[in-house]
Amino acid sequence: MTATQTQQMASDGVMVELRNVNKWYGDFHVLKNINLKVTKGERIIICGPSGCGKSTLIRCMNRLEEHQKGDIIVSGITLDDDLKNIDTVRRDIGMVFQQFNLFPHLSVMENCCLAPIWVQKKSRKEATAIAMQYLERVQIADQADKFPGQLSGGQQQRVAIARSLCMNPSIMLFDEPTSALDPEMIKEVLDVMVDLAREGMTMLCVTHEMGFAKTVANRVLFMDAGEIIEENEPNEFFDNPQSDRTKLFLSQIL
Amino acid sequence: MAVLVTSPSPSLPPPANSVGVVGWLRQNLFSSALNSIFTLAGLYLLYSLIPPAINWALFQADWVGTTKEACTSDGACWVFVGVRIKQFLFGFYPASEYWRVVTAFSLIGVLVAWLLIDRTPKKGLVGGFTILCYPIIAYYLFYGGAFGLPVVETYKWGGLMLTLILATTGMFFSFPIGIILALGRRSSMPIAKSISVVFIEFWRGVPLITVLFMSSVMLPMFIPENMQIDKLLRAMIGIIFFQSAYMAEVVRGGLQAIPRGQLEAAEALGLSYWKSMVFIILPQALKLVIPGIVNTFIALFKDTTLVLIIGLFDLLAVVQAAFADPKWLGFSVEGYVFVASVYWVSCFSMSRYSQHLEKKLHTGHAR
Repeated sequence: MTATQTQQMASDGVMVELRNVNKWYGDFHVLKNINLKVTKGERIIICGPSGCGKSTLIRCMNRLEEHQKGDIIVSGITLDDDLKNIDTVRRDIGMVFQQFNLFPHLSVMENCCLAPIWVQKKSRKEATAIAMQYLERVQIADQADKFPGQLSGGQQQRVAIARSLCMNPSIMLFDEPTSALDPEMIKEVLDVMVDLAREGMTMLCVTHEMGFAKTVANRVLFMDAGEIIEENEPNEFFDNPQSDRTKLFLSQIL
Repeated sequence: MAVLVTSPSPSLPPPANSVGVVGWLRQNLFSSALNSIFTLAGLYLLYSLIPPAINWALFQADWVGTTKEACTSDGACWVFVGVRIKQFLFGFYPASEYWRVVTAFSLIGVLVAWLLIDRTPKKGLVGGFTILCYPIIAYYLFYGGAFGLPVVETYKWGGLMLTLILATTGMFFSFPIGIILALGRRSSMPIAKSISVVFIEFWRGVPLITVLFMSSVMLPMFIPENMQIDKLLRAMIGIIFFQSAYMAEVVRGGLQAIPRGQLEAAEALGLSYWKSMVFIILPQALKLVIPGIVNTFIALFKDTTLVLIIGLFDLLAVVQAAFADPKWLGFSVEGYVFVASVYWVSCFSMSRYSQHLEKKLHTGHAR
């Protein structure tokens, strides 16, 4: 990609672009010709049946998974085997996992400070101040000295969101952030995510929380068998699904 | 009929016969007829073994004197150990230089205590000193050859001193080498992986005795006369490599128990491979395998006695040599009991410390 192209993209506000992306697990073709453009401030919900490749898709965007064909361009950087590019991209993308993946041997505060200190080379004082700010924002600052194992699932997931935000990312990826939570804890996590969306964060979210999708999303993608089957703005997507597979899926989850 | 609870029920104390000393006895020692028989038989066995042993070792033992004739009672003759204690501790190290050995061990004792005891300040600084400076200081103290300290050849080293030197150098080097090998074996880089696998499988597949024989008998045949390496050093390297292979497999077990998501979370935050390992994966993995690590350390500590077969006089070998002294024939039991208690105290301390460490590092997450 040339410098002018990069500039072009930046001025269009394209944060993530996927061109003909293909991925295989062994012989299994998990992503088929994915094309997607995410512009700054967009909130995209990805849904689809189990095993359709939706998690794989967002995990390719920060190279937790490697794609074999096509281009993935994040903030103007093409993802390839160059570790330096991968590191740059990962600094700019935050990710929240289904299983929280907090570091159980570190306190909440240390979880949040680790990457700012060792990746962004911030001083401990500065990192602590930033961490405190985000922990307050997810309303968990009073638990800063506890260990993840002492918190409820909802609290852990809010810490995980704060931990990602401490790196000041311009894109946030959410991989089924509420699927491992008890029902009464889902709302506290979704509230934090709604706040984040209102502040203009670019978000890609794999979720089946359709209420959340209707509230925050600009676009909903429906995937099945490794392909994006349907893509629409949320009201149209839910009220007037086009493909049979989308209709079947919506009838099963709603 | 519908159920409706308007106020929560109060919590009641458990029934009296299930708590306290009586409850514990009933539950654990006398829960059934068979259990009661075992309990009583066990008590009888302890009664018939322990008082005579204590009598022999303490109350009827002879403690003071300088010759065999001082031992007149029925109990143990600790005079034998007392007369020989310097040799048991220092081997054939010159008596005028004992202070060097004492200084070196006192220093490491203080450093290790500093690192192991909670709430001591500046652990990082002390740890760095222990890892980087202490080995050099210890080398010159033990071996000499600089700062006006006369050289003490390694064949004069012996006794408990030699045992501790072999064990501590073994632990000091096999731990980091083991970690590197474990990471190498799980690496996706083919060269790092195959080197680690070959190293581990080779050293793990050979008995330590063979390793020691190879190092003392075979190796010198292949090395030119003027390049001979010190016998003790060869044995040390053999022990270090041998134990590294075991340590590597213990650590690998811990690495495999860490969920994949931990590494993914670290990577997603932009941490490099080595930073992820040092800050996220290894602290958790090593904590999980503390019992295995201490197991390996204890085995290493006891395995050092095998050096007696290549003519190095460790604690056991020095004590055994003392049995042959015509002035002190017939005191092998005292000698062996002394050796056994030194080993037992050392190994039991390691075991207790590891339990303390496990408790301290427990952060309340279920796994």
